[in-house]
Amino acid sequence: MTEPILKIRGLKAGVVDRSILNGIDLTIFPGETHALMGPNGSGKSTLAAVLAGREGYEVTDGEVWYAGKNLLELDPEDRAKEGLFLAFQYPVEIPGVNSTYFLKAAYNELRKYRGEPELDAADFLNFVKARVKLLELDESLLRRPVNEGFSGGEKKRNEIFQMAVLEPKLAILDETDSGLDIDALKIVANGVCKLRNAHNAQLVITHYQRLLNYIVPDRVHVLSEGRIVQSGDKELAMELEERGYDWLTKEAATA
Amino acid sequence: MSTSTDNIARLVQGEYKYGFVTDIEMDSAPPGLNESTIRLISAKKKEPEWLLNWRLDAYRHWLNMCLPQWAKVHYPPISFQEIIYYSAPQKRNDGPKSLTEIDPKLLETYEKLGIPLRERERLAGVAVDAVFDSVSVGTTFREELAKKGILFCSFSDAVRDYPDLVRRYLGTVVPPSDNFYAALNAAVFSDGSFCYIPKGVRCPMELSTYFRINTGKSGQFERTLLIADDGASVSYLEGCTAPMRDENQLHAAVVELIALNDAQIKYSTVQNWYPGDEEGKGGIYNFVTKRGHCRGRNSKISWTQVETGSAITWKYPGCVLQGDNSVGEFYSVAVTNHFQQADTGTKMIHLGKNTHSTIVSKGIAAGHGQNTYRGLVKVMPGASHARNFSQCDSLLIGDQCGAHTFPYIEVKNTTAQVEHEASTSKIGEDQIFYCNQRGISTQDAVSMIVNGFCKEVFRELPMEFAVEAQKLLGISLEGSVG
Repeated sequence: MTEPILKIRGLKAGVVDRSILNGIDLTIFPGETHALMGPNGSGKSTLAAVLAGREGYEVTDGEVWYAGKNLLELDPEDRAKEGLFLAFQYPVEIPGVNSTYFLKAAYNELRKYRGEPELDAADFLNFVKARVKLLELDESLLRRPVNEGFSGGEKKRNEIFQMAVLEPKLAILDETDSGLDIDALKIVANGVCKLRNAHNAQLVITHYQRLLNYIVPDRVHVLSEGRIVQSGDKELAMELEERGYDWLTKEAATA
Repeated sequence: MSTSTDNIARLVQGEYKYGFVTDIEMDSAPPGLNESTIRLISAKKKEPEWLLNWRLDAYRHWLNMCLPQWAKVHYPPISFQEIIYYSAPQKRNDGPKSLTEIDPKLLETYEKLGIPLRERERLAGVAVDAVFDSVSVGTTFREELAKKGILFCSFSDAVRDYPDLVRRYLGTVVPPSDNFYAALNAAVFSDGSFCYIPKGVRCPMELSTYFRINTGKSGQFERTLLIADDGASVSYLEGCTAPMRDENQLHAAVVELIALNDAQIKYSTVQNWYPGDEEGKGGIYNFVTKRGHCRGRNSKISWTQVETGSAITWKYPGCVLQGDNSVGEFYSVAVTNHFQQADTGTKMIHLGKNTHSTIVSKGIAAGHGQNTYRGLVKVMPGASHARNFSQCDSLLIGDQCGAHTFPYIEVKNTTAQVEHEASTSKIGEDQIFYCNQRGISTQDAVSMIVNGFCKEVFRELPMEFAVEAQKLLGISLEGSVG
């Protein structure tokens, strides 16, 4: 049987004085795309942050296995080097640092970690340009400082572009669709779809069903108050679009 | 990424790599300062009487001056009677006639420092004047430059060979009475570099001076005088290193730049004097007066400095914009780590019409470092339509350091436009996490963010210097995070 890429069991986590995740169970296999939906404040972004290893969150219970490793024991940069990628909801600006330089540094860290020789600037540029074409992105993004002066849409596209270069095993897309107009949404979704294969997986966090028209998920999960209250196939997302979250959260409360 | 990998390796080692001492016989004056010390220096250099008198006047003036107290730096009183004011590599006969006669140990020292002093390294294409403790030990490319009429030599040689030029310009930008340290320098300066670019000549190569303090307890008081005549242009580089010593050593230099009509001078410094150890012991006191005078119409003087060394830095390279349409620029990166203190900035004095100045200052404080920007923009009544733009950014690393900004703006002409922008930021945890999430370690992330922060200044440096500056920055901030 195939080994799951991600296996979360009974995960509880929160910030100093508040519990946010109250027992999450989730298993993702290679080749799968899962969508995580839910109302504001249900813990979606917290789950992404905990998986990526952001400081300030405390895991109080449960375990997370990633590609056979105990994920919670790894430093954030080692999680990244193991192929876990987070497309940020709010990508930060790094003034003065050229995007290509930044990506080359990230890419070569990956290669070093795998024991592969680093790419020099020229080889890297050729490789990156091919990726740009694949995603129908604007090449000028490469010459600008990381996210500095980017529009909201450009920042999100840039995240997917970085994902295309780093080719992660597990990509977590944290509300990548928010703030995108319909054309940008298509480009981003199209990029993600092109990167899907039998060996990687995606966890797509979103509010709206719209994105899932383009990135069709294998499974849809609804998060409410730090728990997954409903799981289903893509039809669930359609139902949520029509009926909202209320019926589910109420059901969960009365259950 | 290979440069960045090198950086990591260097970050890990990270100690001051220029901290060696060259064992060489020195001809030094006894410590202490009085009129006979000055007479001795002047006699050693076989100076004409006018220069001796100039020195003595400066000394007498200095005796009545007070130490500047306004800078935001703290240090125990300096005992001026314990400093050695003259220290020179002992000459075998009457001094080197050419580079081949220079003591091989000196050449070795400069090679360790990476300075292409020998002619065989002419491919490097940089003409170098090297100043070791108090005296200039060799100037490369002197003959080739002379073909274009460019005079580039040690200050002592200039006094001997071009006394009229020296006498006409010496002290006209920084007069001996300018300030305490400038007066001290005028009294005891022992050598330095001199450069004259004649009318209409563009200097075909970068000119460079490397300063090194070697002898213990000695001060270094060099003087640089650079004149660009009508329509001339030149780019000048200055580098500084010193051995690691427990005691503090004084460096009180004076640099005077003069740009006549349509002339351009670009002066770049990478200052890496020994900064003291992690507890703040030892290190150079860098108390320097640098000033450029845009004397002619349409002239331009541009200062670029990267200050990573010294226990204490006190310097304000400025421009007096006298000629109409003249331009002054100041681009600075100042780093303070451990217990380093820097009080640095610029002065832009607008006298002529349509004079423009630009100030871009980047201060980085880490450890217990204290970093102060102090700048004066002064627009005099005659400077109609003068413009200034200033940008002062500070970056803090950790919570024990400090950044301070003191902009002084005096405008006496209503048509002037003066802009000042300032920002203070900390390297954000979200920036670090973003880099971490892409597989980049915290140490590399800091190095990357800091280099990005300084980019506007590095862009102004000549190519080779820009690379050196980035590496230096990495080394000086070693261990400042996590």
